[in-house]
Amino acid sequence: MSNSYIARASKIATRVLGTETLIMSAADSTIFTLNEVGSAIWEAADGQTPLRQIVEQKLCEEFEVDASQALADAEKFVADLAAQGILRVSETPIDGGEGR
Amino acid sequence: MKTSNLLDDVAQRALDLGVPLTAHLDVTYRCNERCVHCYLNHDDRGEMALSEIKNVLRQLAEAGTFFLVISGGEPFVRKDVFEILQYARDLTFSVKLKTNGILIREKEAERLRDLGIEGVQISVYSHRPEVHDAITKVKGSLARTIRAITYLRSRGLKVTVANVLMQGNMYDYHGVRDLALRLGAHFTIDPTITPHLEGDASVVAKRIPTHELQTVFRDSDLVGDVAEFSALAPAADAAVMESFPCSAGHTAIYISPYAEVFPCVAFPFKVGDLRSQSFSEIWQDSPALQQVRSIRVKDLTTCSGCGHVAGCTRCPGLAYMEGNMRGPSSADCAKSFVRTGVWSAGMVEKFASSAALVQISPAAS
Repeated sequence: MSNSYIARASKIATRVLGTETLIMSAADSTIFTLNEVGSAIWEAADGQTPLRQIVEQKLCEEFEVDASQALADAEKFVADLAAQGILRVSETPIDGGEGR
Repeated sequence: MKTSNLLDDVAQRALDLGVPLTAHLDVTYRCNERCVHCYLNHDDRGEMALSEIKNVLRQLAEAGTFFLVISGGEPFVRKDVFEILQYARDLTFSVKLKTNGILIREKEAERLRDLGIEGVQISVYSHRPEVHDAITKVKGSLARTIRAITYLRSRGLKVTVANVLMQGNMYDYHGVRDLALRLGAHFTIDPTITPHLEGDASVVAKRIPTHELQTVFRDSDLVGDVAEFSALAPAADAAVMESFPCSAGHTAIYISPYAEVFPCVAFPFKVGDLRSQSFSEIWQDSPALQQVRSIRVKDLTTCSGCGHVAGCTRCPGLAYMEGNMRGPSSADCAKSFVRTGVWSAGMVEKFASSAALVQISPAAS
């Protein structure tokens, strides 16, 4: 999954609230809140940047975390969000991944 | 990642951060129905153009608004309503729509689904056309509204049937609830009739009488555990007395079609004007909004000493329309009384000031 591309799903609502990110899935009205690290991945999920690069550039540099552990945590996080239908994951870049 | 029901936590966080988490935007007061209990003037007195609405939406997104209610009047009488909704969704708001549904057909239902609209609330006054149509004053309106709900549900949209109770339909809520169930919609009931926003309070005479409200409040299908629902709230502690009376003006805001800003749709105390001020100016600096925000439960003139205060649904807007935003709202006093059987402090006060004095003479010897 580390070379996968990730993009925010289209039928979601989202807003930054302080250091967290609020997300609501229109499908079932479930609300999610992401902490600062999760928010950094979410913001970078443009469909064009591989997950490994997001982790290296957004997490390792900004949060000073170990790269291999950060990548493992990010992969689990991405899998969780994908299972909830609020993040799309693909082995190739995702067109229209930016924004809504 | 947290996935439990976080609404309370999120609301508290928004309050701590000073964020207008919820905004209600009426895009028009024009309407294709003429409901007998409506609190609005339906003339267009200069409603915002699409470009103005987009500007307001951008400002709300920047301020942190997440939940957006788009309503009216009837929003679908605006020909640009889908451009408004598209823009709101592009700004990633969670959008709920309030409508009578009359103008929603298959094509509109599909567009709403494709936009990812969070939910649609539709008013239904009765399951009987002769009652519903008499309230809306539009023949055939119930059939068209039901058709809209069917189209929306078949496209997977969440629909809530809102049943406003008044004297003309107070025996029909079972029928409306069954109708909602058949259509796969949620059901909500509201016995509050709001005075006209321009001051005419005569419409409140349509409120259902106390004894009928009691029947509603004793219906376990509506309120769940009747004993629990009817229980008097525990005595107010310091936390209750220091709390805010409601979210209006704190984490919630209302914007009229004329770009005026109010704490809530039911609280016609103007706090700013988006045609001459930015939203952040109003949200951060409006003296009127600061006045609303300064009120704690302990500051409520009558209610702070009322036994219902910890459990009352008191609406500051209704209180304001009765003359004092710090005072009681008689509609909510009535609800607390009907729910529990115990008079509210507001009722006692009103009775004491209106009761005729009776001279008691010593009995003749």
